[in-house]
Amino acid sequence: MRGARSKWAPYALLVPSLLWLLLFFAYPMVQAFQLAFQGFGGGWSLEPVRTMLSDALFVEALLTTLGLLALIIPLQFVLAMAMAMVVNDKALRGRTIWLYIYALPLAISELAAGLVWFSIFTDNGWLNSFLNAFGVDGVVWLDYEKPFVLVLALVLAEAWRATAIIMVILVAGLQSIPDDLIEAADVYGAGWWQRFRHVTLPLLRPSIRVALILRTVLAFQVFAIVITLAGRGLTVLSAESYRWYAVYQEENVAAAYAALILVLSLVAAGFFFAIVPVKEEQQPQ
Amino acid sequence: MAAGAGALLAGPLLAACDDEGEQSSASSSASASSGGGGTATGGGGAGGGGGGQVVFLSTQLAPAAEAATVRNQILPGYSGSASFVPTDETGFLTRVRAQAQTGSGSISLLGALHGSMSTLRAEDALMDLSDRFSEIEQRGYIENYLQLARFDGQGLFYIPWLQATYLMAARRDAVEHLPSGADVNALTYEQLTAWAQRLVEVNGERVVGFPAGGNGLFHRFLQGYLLPSFTGALNTEFASDEAVAAWDWLARTWDSVHAESVLYGFMQEPLRLGEVQVAWDHTARLKEALQATPEEYVVFPSPTGPEGLGFMPVVAGLGIPKSASNPDGAWELIKHLTSQQALATTLQETGFLPPLSQELDVNLDPGLAKLTGGVARQTSSNNAVLSLLPTGLGSFEGLYTKVFYDIFRRTVLEKGDIRAALDVEAGQLQAVLQQAGASCWQPDPTGQGVCQVS
Repeated sequence: MRGARSKWAPYALLVPSLLWLLLFFAYPMVQAFQLAFQGFGGGWSLEPVRTMLSDALFVEALLTTLGLLALIIPLQFVLAMAMAMVVNDKALRGRTIWLYIYALPLAISELAAGLVWFSIFTDNGWLNSFLNAFGVDGVVWLDYEKPFVLVLALVLAEAWRATAIIMVILVAGLQSIPDDLIEAADVYGAGWWQRFRHVTLPLLRPSIRVALILRTVLAFQVFAIVITLAGRGLTVLSAESYRWYAVYQEENVAAAYAALILVLSLVAAGFFFAIVPVKEEQQPQ
Repeated sequence: MAAGAGALLAGPLLAACDDEGEQSSASSSASASSGGGGTATGGGGAGGGGGGQVVFLSTQLAPAAEAATVRNQILPGYSGSASFVPTDETGFLTRVRAQAQTGSGSISLLGALHGSMSTLRAEDALMDLSDRFSEIEQRGYIENYLQLARFDGQGLFYIPWLQATYLMAARRDAVEHLPSGADVNALTYEQLTAWAQRLVEVNGERVVGFPAGGNGLFHRFLQGYLLPSFTGALNTEFASDEAVAAWDWLARTWDSVHAESVLYGFMQEPLRLGEVQVAWDHTARLKEALQATPEEYVVFPSPTGPEGLGFMPVVAGLGIPKSASNPDGAWELIKHLTSQQALATTLQETGFLPPLSQELDVNLDPGLAKLTGGVARQTSSNNAVLSLLPTGLGSFEGLYTKVFYDIFRRTVLEKGDIRAALDVEAGQLQAVLQQAGASCWQPDPTGQGVCQVS
């Protein structure tokens, strides 16, 4: 009796989350894929995909999305790693306070974060007022004619908003590294860098992989920040998906965009699986 | 462990990303759903029965605050008993049609935009009010608007009730730098460009602004002002040489337009902040700046192009359905709602202007007085090219508008070839009109069949 229970218990406990995922992730995902390949009059068709590909904004949306990703992910990763090391440094007093301070932006919605950064960068915003106070003439930062500055503003806003999520995962990973391994390295005379390079980093691989995948997937979904900071000046795939659904009322084309985002997310996940392999002994105990 | 944390965090974050939509606020004059909009008839009409109460179904003044103004400040002056039922556009047509099918019903008065009235007129659901009109004719209705309510034929199928439109406002100091010979009340498109360039020289920055952001109504500038002023039409001259000239004007002028224009929604904000000194927008979206510091602003008509002053009035009217159970009561209510007092209250409280060619005989607050003055100069222009809000597009309106924004992007923001862009997008436009089955609307020659792009 007791044996039977322990055998089935894990599966039983998994059922609710499995049902949740099936109902709210898998089912809509399959549906979205179906929609993306249905003609406007019903029936299978490549019409939505063709409309998406020939859309005036498609190429720009794709390139901007990938460009933002390429800038944001490495930057956030390095920042998050540094933040995680600070929070995990047992010699540092009040380190948990840092954890809360770092995690604060996580509590703010993407749109609100966009508005905060908008109030900083806009023509009459905080940044220009600050510059004016020092006698420096303000600049129009959110200028579609200077896409580089615009992208930089977006990267800054995103880094501020979402670096903490990587940090939280890395902190969890750091805390699961057994102290005795670090101590052993100490005994053999390893310095800080050697310890980090040869003990911490390899054992952190599973966390790094999860953090990278999660962050990339979420970055594909970013659009409130882009809409608030760039308006019609710049667009990304998720913003186009939203517009095709809500404004242009063509759910099939919106689904084609969504399906593309899904495919890109899967490719990115596969990429991270390949470049951050995890060996058996690196799995958390 | 780490993977667990990731999965836990992913749930709420994925969910959170979904509800942060950009607000696609339509013009405040367009229908605004009052959410539930349930029938507020109350049913308990003092025991009478017999059609004493007038049920007034309206897509206008539907937001809660405006509906409260109607119920508490406007209706009490009416001698009979009336019940105001705000609704959205879809609910409006469904209810009126349902009542028309049964032949009679409680709804006796309708308040809606010209577009909805035109749908109902096409279904022969509206009563002809021309016999009764002589009772209120002396109020001085704008002739253009009466023309609309006649639907190119005999009869008069609604009484103009409210209007809003889009026009320009400038800070007083900017007006001092008008190019020589230019009259702010009769500006041409080329003079506006020269003015914008001059303002860049004077200020060292670009201070002319348009609401071309996600929440902005810049597409109305393209559809109702720029293109009709240059081509005298919209869809039928979409890819003409005159249209190329219009887009060329925009591309040239945009070099002197504030770069944050692609972010602006309501121009009253940047005007108040001084970020922008000259702006074009919907009356309701300029109102707050004008009311805050009326002495600092000048309000004036949109510019005139080679074909005249293209402008887009948003007209709402009051009509009586043929199926009304109480048409006499409804007519009395129309007379009350279009009285000086009721129109003045409506203007003060909601910013919707009276559709009259003469000014109201009441003391308006100075900001609103400026707004009404500017609108009056624009509507009474003798070379007006009247353009209506797109009609008959239904759910395709978003795609229709996208065509204009796509050209704007290709030719103005990205400085692409105008002729090439127009040729590509003309095909798109025709496809949208075809799918929607939309016939032409003013300023294009109206007629049967799907509107044909040149």
